[in-house]
Amino acid sequence: MTEALQELGLHLEMKRTDCVQSWDIAHGELNVTVAPSSLVSFVEFLKTDSVCRFSSLVDITAVDYPSRVKRFDVVYHFLSMYQNQRIRLRCQIREEDMMPSIIGVHPAANWFEREVFDMFGILFSGHPDLRRILTDYGFRGHPLRKDFPTTGYTEVRYDEVQKRVVYEPVSLVQEYRQFDFMSPWEGAQYVLPGDEKTTSEAKPK
Amino acid sequence: MMDGDIRVNTYDDGSTDAVTGEQKIRNFNINFGPQHPAAHGVLRLVLELDGEIVERCDPHIGLLHRGTEKLMESRTYLQNLPYFDRLDYVAPMNQEHAWCLAIERLTGTIVPRRASLIRVLYSEIGRILNHLMNVTTQAMDVGALTPPLWGFEEREKLMIFYERACGARLHAAYFRPGGVHQDLPDQLVEDIDAWAEKFPAFLDDVNGLLTENRIFKQRNCDIGIVTEQDIQDWGFSGVMVRGSGLAWDLRRSQPYECYDEFEFQIPVGKNGDCYDRYLCRMEEMRQSTHIIRQACEKLRHEKGDVMARGKMTPPTRGEMKTSMEALIHHFKLYTEGFHVPAGEVYACVEAPKGEFGVYLVADGTNKPYRAKLRAPGYLHLQAMDYIASGHQLADVAAIIGTMDVVFGEIDR
Repeated sequence: MTEALQELGLHLEMKRTDCVQSWDIAHGELNVTVAPSSLVSFVEFLKTDSVCRFSSLVDITAVDYPSRVKRFDVVYHFLSMYQNQRIRLRCQIREEDMMPSIIGVHPAANWFEREVFDMFGILFSGHPDLRRILTDYGFRGHPLRKDFPTTGYTEVRYDEVQKRVVYEPVSLVQEYRQFDFMSPWEGAQYVLPGDEKTTSEAKPK
Repeated sequence: MMDGDIRVNTYDDGSTDAVTGEQKIRNFNINFGPQHPAAHGVLRLVLELDGEIVERCDPHIGLLHRGTEKLMESRTYLQNLPYFDRLDYVAPMNQEHAWCLAIERLTGTIVPRRASLIRVLYSEIGRILNHLMNVTTQAMDVGALTPPLWGFEEREKLMIFYERACGARLHAAYFRPGGVHQDLPDQLVEDIDAWAEKFPAFLDDVNGLLTENRIFKQRNCDIGIVTEQDIQDWGFSGVMVRGSGLAWDLRRSQPYECYDEFEFQIPVGKNGDCYDRYLCRMEEMRQSTHIIRQACEKLRHEKGDVMARGKMTPPTRGEMKTSMEALIHHFKLYTEGFHVPAGEVYACVEAPKGEFGVYLVADGTNKPYRAKLRAPGYLHLQAMDYIASGHQLADVAAIIGTMDVVFGEIDR
């Protein structure tokens, strides 16, 4: 299995040197990093090339790394039912960058791109109908970004007086608890409450 | 005069109806759902109709969106497992399976053989649960009332098998990373086998009700035809592929667990219409029964542990009572949870509805950094506009039925 992937990776690198930035095999899967500008032509190549025939789009998603300059990884999964092979493409983009839409090559990308837009706020150029898909009508913000709170900003309830559903800012009786299980002896990256003094006293010496 | 009436009447005195702007034909927009019984949950379709013909179909989804993927980022790997039961709640264990496989691949855990057999057994029970629900309720969508009544009786028996294995009828949380939670009692294996022996007779009954039924065939034959090109373009999987003649089944083509040692056939359709998908599901139930019987036979001889004992799994109860280390391990496992090495993996299973996958990005902590759930129904429903256009309004219900959409997994 790994040998076949190795061969496929070499084939891609040889045929499309301009597109493939890097590739590797991890956990028995082929990962290829592509520049956003060459994505569409590369996906088309994957679909039509007789060795690849990745004609089935499995998934499009994104991963948010707020600490990086190129904040988002947009990840594409493809499947070839003919060669029984899978491939993962990855594009790194900045927050303000736009991704090219691959609807022209894979019509199935439509809802996936809408979902990525909805969840991460990444815009896809050339998408015919980039509406929100999973969140509420009139929702604001992009929930799967790491800086979006899990509790959200608004909550809804049925108002007996107004006889309709009303939106209100979230008010929790108890703070949403994010437990931290890191052992203080094993590389916790923060100062324990009460420990600030020890470090400040230690410094002058 | 009715809006949309295009006749112009001529009267005795030679006069005709005055033609006004209002008489121009315009398409009719209707809302299908979200409270329609044939919408299989909370689907809202905005249909543009030309008479009775569907011109355009815009599914509005997300009414059951619970933010599962966001919630998963703040919970440990083990706490996340029950969320998978709530995705496709018709066949819960198949989803858990994908999550367990993803974690096991990242950590390099090898599942004990008995656990592997139990997983196959319960995945196939899940498949039958799903197909029973789908075939019979789809029949109800096109006008038959008896099949769901009969089908739910059999589903009830299967849910009791779920209950006897894990204590829950629906939200099982039975498959765990490293194996399954509890061993099966011998009697349960015997009872499942006894049930599987009788089940084909039930399928024959449903067969007699539906397969040659005139109304059922009129409503399903040549409706919603899917070609090989459509499959590739729209990313179909599962029965939507097999109904059109492609023998694509992940259990066979990319075997996981121990499916490679089981003997089963992959039924394929010929025309790719709703009727062929119905036939595929019926035959798949027979094949699943066949696998169940093989698994029961193997389970009779294969004894042993059902968990790969280690960091990811709890110690046995007896050990916990006698060993201090085991007690500490138990406590740490259920508070902090286990850590998964950094890396990313896409694990998928042939769920009853198609390819259910999990794309897991781990960063070495006890919580997933990002988990994307790839639901087969999401892609099937997306193609609704493409497939339903040009069909009659009444066919929409039949098509939704054979697409096998469940909103737990589509809306996540």
